[in-house]
Amino acid sequence: MSGARVRQNIAFGLMGLVTMLVVLPIILTLWYVVANGIGAISLDFILQPPRNGMREGGIFPAIVGTFILIVGTMILSLPIGVLSAIYLVEYAKDNLFTRLIKLAVVNLSGIPSIVYGLFGLTVFVVLLRLGTSILAGCMTLAIMSLPVIITATKEALESVPASYREISLSLGATKWQTVRHCVLPYAIPGILTGTVLSLSRAAGETAPILFTVAAFYLPRLPRSLFDQVMALPYHLYVISTQVPNMPLSLSFATAFVLISLVFLMNLVSIILRAHYRRKRQW
Amino acid sequence: MDQMAVKIRAKDLNLFYGDFHALQDIQFSVPEKAITALIGPSGCGKSTLLRCFNRMNDLVENCRITGSIRIDGQEVVDDRTDLIALRKKVGMVFQRPNVFDLSIYNNLLFGLRIHRMVSGKDRILATIRWGLEQVGLWDELKDRLNQNARTLTLEQQQRLCIARVVILRPEVILLDEPCSALDPIATMRIEELLRELKRDYTIVIVTHNMQQAARVSDYTGFMYLGRLIEFGTTSQVFTNPRDRLTENYISGQFG
Repeated sequence: MSGARVRQNIAFGLMGLVTMLVVLPIILTLWYVVANGIGAISLDFILQPPRNGMREGGIFPAIVGTFILIVGTMILSLPIGVLSAIYLVEYAKDNLFTRLIKLAVVNLSGIPSIVYGLFGLTVFVVLLRLGTSILAGCMTLAIMSLPVIITATKEALESVPASYREISLSLGATKWQTVRHCVLPYAIPGILTGTVLSLSRAAGETAPILFTVAAFYLPRLPRSLFDQVMALPYHLYVISTQVPNMPLSLSFATAFVLISLVFLMNLVSIILRAHYRRKRQW
Repeated sequence: MDQMAVKIRAKDLNLFYGDFHALQDIQFSVPEKAITALIGPSGCGKSTLLRCFNRMNDLVENCRITGSIRIDGQEVVDDRTDLIALRKKVGMVFQRPNVFDLSIYNNLLFGLRIHRMVSGKDRILATIRWGLEQVGLWDELKDRLNQNARTLTLEQQQRLCIARVVILRPEVILLDEPCSALDPIATMRIEELLRELKRDYTIVIVTHNMQQAARVSDYTGFMYLGRLIEFGTTSQVFTNPRDRLTENYISGQFG
């Protein structure tokens, strides 16, 4: 074997090893969670409210709460995020102002989530008098998700070749028709990926919902958008640190449900992407 | 050429990309229902001039145009110009056969939908058939209209691009080096098609290939460094050029 071939094999070997180092902790964590939690998973655990100071019963209100928060966050952040990215990429002139906005968006995605939580508390809960409510929580999570959605959408739009826009415009299409029919369809997979990524993060965050929506213990379903809800990550935090004599299997089972929920969301996005590729027309 | 009706008339046309003076004092008349070729070395501004006629240069930032272009007497270099109507009337075919990543049917439907030209499945199909017949593709493709256009040969794709323009019933067709991605035989056949189309359309073709200009066009303009050096009937420009630069270019001394 030549020297170049040997060096190539060493390089590939190293890369494979590093990849394993990345994947291994994830697999171990998942295995640990599943192995410790699967025993506590039952239909009752999923469909019943907690009992006896949360030491028994299920986590149904927290599942519903997290589900509501994800859906609400998506409804608020997806249209705003996608539309503002479309504006930034397709319509805005490249000047100092738009460059500042783009810079701000990138930087916002790096802000710690507790800062968003405090922002939500001061602005939505106190200033807008929404109280600790689903609305305030969703708005806080949406603000946190926006930078990621905007960045992902922006990159997806920018990766669509300029020639696609050129053909459409040369045929007499308006800018919006061009974006709608010749740019967006090709950007949808990237947008979906970014959205699911940011919503997964929103689903698992505790800090932003801590002061804005999450209930310590509320074993019933919310009655309106101004109600509080339990949420899986906060519930997990509570039962892991605040409740003495808590059976460990319940914590792991809760973590398992949260991970499954996020996994389900990713699965839906994959199916949507495949479906969209097949159905695309003019 | 004086007896020919003029379709497009450019007067004192200047174009700047930022500080770069890309087109300089162009005076140019495109005769109606004929093929006019623009030739010249790379970067001489022939594509830029072509893109003035349907205002595609608007997409380039820092692009500034002064002077006048009139198509059927209507001013094009004007902020109030209806670009949608202009681009429907003045269609463009690009260098690469840039079909949409959609079915053949949907490639042609795109323009019809955008301009709300026809509705109803039967009438749409009839129009699409007419468009494909215009470019000699109907017999080959009639049984596979739902196939993705990217699976066609490059020549078929370029014909489809021409059909996509023709189906909108334009009056002018601009072609920007339409054969540069094609092999010689496909090139000949596209040229054949252009000769058929000139009965109904005013055609302006930018080409890098002098033989192509000589073969296919009725009139030829030679451009160099942003200026239109010479314009006349193709036979005059090629056999008896008035300008030294034209003569040198045509005889292959630079290019």
